[in-house]
Amino acid sequence: MLRRRLGMAATGAVLALAVAACGGGSGSSTPSSSGGAAAGGSDSKSEFNAAMTGVVNPSDKKGGILKFANGGDWDSLDPGDTYYGYSWNFIRLYGRSLLMFKSAVGKEGNQLAPDLAEDLGKPSDDAKTWTYKIKKGVKFEDGTPVTSKDVKYAVERSFDKEVFPDGYTYFNDFLAWPKDYKGAYKSKDVNTDSAIETPDDYTIVFHLKQPLSNFDYFAQLPATIPVPKDKDTGAKYKEHIIATGPYKFEKNEIGKGFTLVRNDQWDPATDPNRKALPDGYEVSTNVNADDIDNRIIAGDLDIDVAGIGVQSAALGRVLSDPAMKANADNPTSTRLWYTSINGNVPPFDNIDCRKAVQYAVDKVALQTAWGGEFSGGQIATSMLPPAIPGHEDFNLYPPGADNKGDVNKAKEALTACGQPNGFETNISYRAERPKEKAAAEALQQSLGRVGIKLTLKPFPQADYFALYAGKPGYAKDNKIGLAMNGWQSDWPDGFGFLQQITDSRVIRETGGSSNISVRDPEVDKLVDKAMLETDTDARNAIWTQIDKKVMEDAFVLPNVWTKTLLVRSKNATNIFVNEAYGMYDYLGMGVK
Amino acid sequence: MVTYIIRRLIWAVVMLSIVSIITFAIFFLVPRLAGATSESLAARYVGRTASAEQVKVAAEKLGFNDPLIVQYGRFAKGIVAGADYDYGPGVEHCPAPCFGYSFLTRLPVWPDLLDRLPVTMSLAFGAAVIWVIAGVATGVLSALRRGSLFDRAAMGVALAGVSLPIFFTGIVSLVVFSYGHPFRITAPGGSFTPIEENPAMWAYNLILPWITLAFLYAAGYARLTRAGMLETMNEEYIRTARAKGLNERVVVVKHGLRGALTPILTIFGLDLGLLLGGAVLTESTYSLPGMGKYAIDAITNQDLPKVMGVTLVAAFFVVFANLIVDLLYAVVDPRVRLG
Repeated sequence: MLRRRLGMAATGAVLALAVAACGGGSGSSTPSSSGGAAAGGSDSKSEFNAAMTGVVNPSDKKGGILKFANGGDWDSLDPGDTYYGYSWNFIRLYGRSLLMFKSAVGKEGNQLAPDLAEDLGKPSDDAKTWTYKIKKGVKFEDGTPVTSKDVKYAVERSFDKEVFPDGYTYFNDFLAWPKDYKGAYKSKDVNTDSAIETPDDYTIVFHLKQPLSNFDYFAQLPATIPVPKDKDTGAKYKEHIIATGPYKFEKNEIGKGFTLVRNDQWDPATDPNRKALPDGYEVSTNVNADDIDNRIIAGDLDIDVAGIGVQSAALGRVLSDPAMKANADNPTSTRLWYTSINGNVPPFDNIDCRKAVQYAVDKVALQTAWGGEFSGGQIATSMLPPAIPGHEDFNLYPPGADNKGDVNKAKEALTACGQPNGFETNISYRAERPKEKAAAEALQQSLGRVGIKLTLKPFPQADYFALYAGKPGYAKDNKIGLAMNGWQSDWPDGFGFLQQITDSRVIRETGGSSNISVRDPEVDKLVDKAMLETDTDARNAIWTQIDKKVMEDAFVLPNVWTKTLLVRSKNATNIFVNEAYGMYDYLGMGVK
Repeated sequence: MVTYIIRRLIWAVVMLSIVSIITFAIFFLVPRLAGATSESLAARYVGRTASAEQVKVAAEKLGFNDPLIVQYGRFAKGIVAGADYDYGPGVEHCPAPCFGYSFLTRLPVWPDLLDRLPVTMSLAFGAAVIWVIAGVATGVLSALRRGSLFDRAAMGVALAGVSLPIFFTGIVSLVVFSYGHPFRITAPGGSFTPIEENPAMWAYNLILPWITLAFLYAAGYARLTRAGMLETMNEEYIRTARAKGLNERVVVVKHGLRGALTPILTIFGLDLGLLLGGAVLTESTYSLPGMGKYAIDAITNQDLPKVMGVTLVAAFFVVFANLIVDLLYAVVDPRVRLG
């Protein structure tokens, strides 16, 4: 099963996306529309959030070098071993997976487009078998044609988590691998046709253990980027990756940086998604984070590749200077910080007591605790973040007109719950996280106004879900009624976002589940229904239904959807935020 | 002389062994005393999706289940005799001196260190030339014109130099001379060009870090030289030299400065040795990919083999620089006899 808990996600691991709720923008064109630098209107340059709804500095000019820097380093450049959103955004420059997110502004960036494949996947009726046809004419950088076997091999090698510890386990968990399969290196001669078949050089068929209506999102994962078996060097492959995209590695010094140059074997005729405007990319890694901000503001550098926004030193500078602010964007990510309300811990077994919490909360104080409007997040009223298809704006528990809490409604709910004077309970948070603590304190204050007395209980984050807040027995015995929690999806889809945190069947008595509080058989049924529904719109509607049902149950108190402040390059063209990644789209940019 | 050097080299090996044992203990023994298990140590290096079983396998593979003495022995043996690692599809041999494989990148540490060394050496030697010339010259002039306006101004600036930390002077220098300037005197940080590739670019990339680093050190050298000079210039032999009718320049440089040089040489040896192990703050501020930045990144990521490697190399330079200094004593001061 998916095991992605935000607690484990390192600070840089942001797979974020943009939000419609932020204003700004102009009528500039999308990158898919052609036209010179004049297209899009001149005002698109000078507005806060302009790159979230339009393209800033649209241009088709080729040439130049884009300069990127990373405050840390890639987990790995190997397509089978990378699990950062920014890396998935960037990898499209040198690798082609079966499908990809469109290089487009706003909602369009959330859409999948065929890349190596000719079309989106063809599911069987039971959604357990998915077939992709591969384009002819795609080549590796050495001129060898790409076949379905190279894709199959790439997925098989990514199975080995000893060699590739950084990657995800989606394919390991969902494909019908032979028993005791250990991946391409350790199970060399094992027949894997039960999981992946390649009936011919241009067809690949995936067999799943269970129905999965959204397998196309798996097909966009970098692990489907083909790897030539005879050039594979295992853990060392990241030092020289064989490119299939428009750029290939010229020099790669892990820990310091690398340069990409044009790949002359890339054929634009096979690739409608990439414009490949710059002649190359210079990327430095392990660069001082404040230095990165200063250089971008000064125009010496184009992109902070990690895409998690400026440091606090630059944040104040950018926001207080209107000219600088006009050159910045503030997208919202697919990360939700929330508070689980555990219905197993009395008096939260009574829905009205849960509702009292929803009404009494001061959401403005919570937002401040998470870091404020620009770097903390947007006040959340439901679970699904705005950029995930299926999100609907609704607020079942309006906490007053000013978002600071509706004390009267909260007291009414308390009376209905049989606790008119309030009650005492505990709130847990991860001890290593000052923002979770601040949010728990904000809750302590605002709930205190109606007599709900909270005691703060910090636990070490390594064992937070396994031994404490996420272990049903412990939570009940120790009266942990509320628990700080967070979640982020790997791609903008209801399954990735909601399944692990709303399906009650993932809760184990032994602990370890990220779902601490949502226990509703109706929701479980809806999840099953969504996993079978291959029609995208119908499926998204089910996720909306689940979001609403969980909020009706009041098992979750949404805090904020996180936001980041990005500063645009002074030298780049075609700057826009791709919602699938919640950061600037690295594929579309060119040089002025 | 030769026996002296051999004896010192044997001591150097002993010193480095002690340093390696202490570093090893800090990073491997202390966490265990604090309650870490081999699994919890391994959990850092297995990505974000690892199951308990994968963590167990990783702990075994990284050798965390062995007694500490065995782990240290393996590390030490690798340096002397090389080692084999199994991180990819096949077994990889890491020839001596093998400082192990990074737990995170699964690549050998030694090539990394060799790669980073030219950056740090360029930075340290370039800055050293500037600070020795500027510092000693200022110190001598200040001593000769004691109490003058130049003396007071120079010592004031020197006080500022020793007081201001690199992360302040570094950032100010970048704001004033680098960020966004069309005619900046240095390239934006993060870039290093090897001297053999393009000496002009090499200097262009380093000039600002050199000056910033030299400013910090020159200040101390100026004060030290001034004090030493004031003392030696009052010595009887200086009066004798003058009485013999020697040219004042010869008196100051050959007799005065030479006498004041011994303590400066001592400090210089230590400073340069330390810097060769990595100018942590300077390299971080200017994003120079040298040993210091490498050390910081390794510590941040708790990449233990890298930390061990960089500590040992840094310790080697300090020990080595001190040996050179001791040898130079005999050259500077004829009264010193090594034996």
